[in-house]
Amino acid sequence: MTATDYAMASATSGQLATFRLDGDLYGVEVEHVQEVLRSQQLTRVPLAPSAVAGLINLRGQVVTAIELRERLGRPARPEGTDAVVIVVRLDGEAVSLLVDSIADVVDVDAADFEAPPDTLEGQARDLIRGAYKLDGQLLLALDVQKAVSA
Amino acid sequence: MDGLDDIVEEFLVESHENLDQLDSDLVALEQEPDSRERLSSIFRTIHTIKGTSGFLAFNRLEEVTHVGENMLSRLRDGELALTPHRTNVLLQMVDTVRALLTSIEANGGEGDVDVSACVAAVTAAMEDSPTAAPEPAPAAAAAPSKAAAPAKAPAKAAAKAKTPAKAPAKAAAKAPAKRAPRARAAVPAPAPVPADELIEDVTPAVPENLPEEAPEVAAADGATGQPRRAVADSTIRVDVDLLDELMLLVGELVLTRNQIVQNVARQTDTDLIRASQRLNLIASELQEGVMKTRMQPIDHIWSKLPRVVRDLGLQLKKTIRLEMEGRETELDKTLLEAVKDPLTHLVRNSVDHGIEAPELRKAAGKPAEGVLTLRARHESGQVVVEVADDGAGIDPAKLGAKAVQRGLVTPDALARMSPADVLQLIFLPGFSTAAAVTNVSGRGVGMDVVKTNIEAIGGTIEVESDPGVGTVCRLRIPLTLAIVPALTVECASDRYAIPQISLQELVSLDAEKAANAVEEVGGAQVYRLRGELLPLVRLTDVLGLTSERHDGHVVIAVLRSEGRRFGLVVDRVINTEEIVVKAVGGQLKAIGLYSGATVLGDGTVALILDVQALARRALRTETADRQESRASVSQAAAAETERQRMLLASIGGGRRVAIPLDTVTRLEQVKTETVEKVGNREVVQYRGAILPIVRLDRHLGAYGESDRDVLEVIVYSDHGRSVAIAVEEILDIVDGEAAIRSDIDDLGLLGSAVLGDRVTELLDVRAAILAADPAFYSAHPTSPAPHDHATPAGVPGSFLEV
Repeated sequence: MTATDYAMASATSGQLATFRLDGDLYGVEVEHVQEVLRSQQLTRVPLAPSAVAGLINLRGQVVTAIELRERLGRPARPEGTDAVVIVVRLDGEAVSLLVDSIADVVDVDAADFEAPPDTLEGQARDLIRGAYKLDGQLLLALDVQKAVSA
Repeated sequence: MDGLDDIVEEFLVESHENLDQLDSDLVALEQEPDSRERLSSIFRTIHTIKGTSGFLAFNRLEEVTHVGENMLSRLRDGELALTPHRTNVLLQMVDTVRALLTSIEANGGEGDVDVSACVAAVTAAMEDSPTAAPEPAPAAAAAPSKAAAPAKAPAKAAAKAKTPAKAPAKAAAKAPAKRAPRARAAVPAPAPVPADELIEDVTPAVPENLPEEAPEVAAADGATGQPRRAVADSTIRVDVDLLDELMLLVGELVLTRNQIVQNVARQTDTDLIRASQRLNLIASELQEGVMKTRMQPIDHIWSKLPRVVRDLGLQLKKTIRLEMEGRETELDKTLLEAVKDPLTHLVRNSVDHGIEAPELRKAAGKPAEGVLTLRARHESGQVVVEVADDGAGIDPAKLGAKAVQRGLVTPDALARMSPADVLQLIFLPGFSTAAAVTNVSGRGVGMDVVKTNIEAIGGTIEVESDPGVGTVCRLRIPLTLAIVPALTVECASDRYAIPQISLQELVSLDAEKAANAVEEVGGAQVYRLRGELLPLVRLTDVLGLTSERHDGHVVIAVLRSEGRRFGLVVDRVINTEEIVVKAVGGQLKAIGLYSGATVLGDGTVALILDVQALARRALRTETADRQESRASVSQAAAAETERQRMLLASIGGGRRVAIPLDTVTRLEQVKTETVEKVGNREVVQYRGAILPIVRLDRHLGAYGESDRDVLEVIVYSDHGRSVAIAVEEILDIVDGEAAIRSDIDDLGLLGSAVLGDRVTELLDVRAAILAADPAFYSAHPTSPAPHDHATPAGVPGSFLEV
């Protein structure tokens, strides 16, 4: 499979729930998203991987929260700003992602899809499926599955 | 299509249940071959399966059960005698049926399970009857099955009656077969088949558990199976998923209840308080009730074991009687499933390795027949399951040698282990005690897997063995997984839950007391809990956090894991509450310190500490250190050991003495008024024995103040004898490694060294002890080196405790 094939294979039309993180726009498939919550009380987990921000109580269910900034190798969220929690459901298990702010649900077209730019490096590259070229900006498609397997 | 699937599903569920019953019935039948009740019960089971399989067009299943039914009906009618061979054939048939059912379950069809061999075997077994059948076999083979269908099977008659379309008039003739008394006389005595002597040997093996079962079966059979239906009518099958969901909801309810109760406790409204108390009560009862729905008697998994023991015993040419106590003990279905394999493994292990061959047993003066006992009971909120055999037991020496050979433990470390500790080595991965690899066990997988599985459900396992007398494996399993009583503690301002199953007691020390009572043993902290040294583990250290307790108070949760105790130092204890265990994601499981998480009364999430993992992580390095230090006991009196820990004590007159810590059994305080004189020596009564005291100040000629109320003494024990060395004050424990020694020598001293920036004298322990008890070593002319102990039994008990 060539790179282009791969890009085509993972390029899907559909809806992405988008959010902002350190100035960039990211998106996850709408069907994965269970709900979006405001900042929650986190219970830290000593000795956990650094990307695990802690545990949150989601109506009695204990859900692991992944700090996406850490996961993508971005600087920590500035003091005084609260994270927004996106709860995603994968294989029946709920996991939450901490992001800066939530944005719109965007219809994307596979035709606008491109493989991750070559300049993208490090762990972020593994987690980004590619980019959709929207008007005026790029929407980075997050591979949720990989993102939560911190 | 759905309708049919439901029927098939129900058929499978029912058949599997019946087959389990069948296995134990058949084995039991061997013991009392003329039990009509049992035969009838077996016959009914097979008949039911046959009937339904015909209806659902599972032809091969029908074929197998058909011949089986033929044989059973003839056995029941006394036309055939039950021989071991026939039992085997019947069991084989049951296995074939099981294989077919499994295939149906997996693929929806009978797959490629071959039934012809089984059919042939059963047919042949009917022919080769030593007690001649009263009528020609072929005729008989066809008749009874047809007969039986109309004769019984009340409720589902419609479905079944249609099965043998050929059911002719002959049926009537066979129908009276149900009337038990008539045929009982006709049943011939069990005819031994010489070729199968082994099976005959086994015959007396199971009778113990028969009498209990028989009355039930008899009662059920008494009214032609009616009571059985009645039981079925009063119960309903509920999908386990539904129960799980209920359990989950009740869990949530319990949490909410906790929140409300906590909040209401701060209110003054009496009505509200009363309502919350009622809620509290009802929620508890509801929780208990729902938990009960998931409870099943352990007999569910035990019922398979008689066959396991029988087959295995036969194969290994051992005669084994299986006894069961407490088979009605209930535990959660999920847990029951989880302990099934470990338990089976333990039973197989006992049969294979535990119980000796009959000749060996006789040679050892034991009855040829081995006894394997399964015991289950509730004990303080846990279920205790024991697998006990009266076999050869485990020889710690052999076991230890094996462990050394496998490189699992060093010979030195082994020499210092107590027999009980040595036994626990069998739980190390890759350990197998079998001298020869058999196809039963001894493939190197085993006890470690059992241990892992048991621990996965929050249980513990321990083994006790008495060489020559037997071995007991004891499992402690929580009653239920979902809701557990736990202690919540705070550490670095986070809360953690500790399952109470591992909690023994709580110790709280104020700053003043803690400063004295918590001592350092070479960097490792210990606390003297009623004289025993309890290693302390600081939760903050384990978790890499910083304690927020700065007032010097020390709160210790005394925990027990795998037979050893340790104290977990936490910031503070919050309370005990019932917590609902929630699974944590894979990322957190990998850390290996948390067994789950829970939502506390105020809605915050708390991690549940995995005590076993904690102990392993925290104590491994520590015990290694301690073993290291024990290793140098032999050189205790000599100063040449490089790595030595020294107990520093002042003896008055500003002199400080260092005593190798390895020689110290325990530190005690003795009231001066309890010191008595025997001749010119001082003694004190201590734990029911007389303990000679040597006052180090006098011994070393440094007279300190002698009018103190309490004597600080260092107790040294060996070979069951103890002496106490009295000092002025115990100062510290230091590592003697960096010490600079000089050769200045004096009476009772080995030299001096700079320890903790001060010149310190090194005590000649041997001389000091002899001063207290001149006979101390004479009973054992050798020096008190641990290598001299044939077994580690001579190691002071308190060392082993910690």
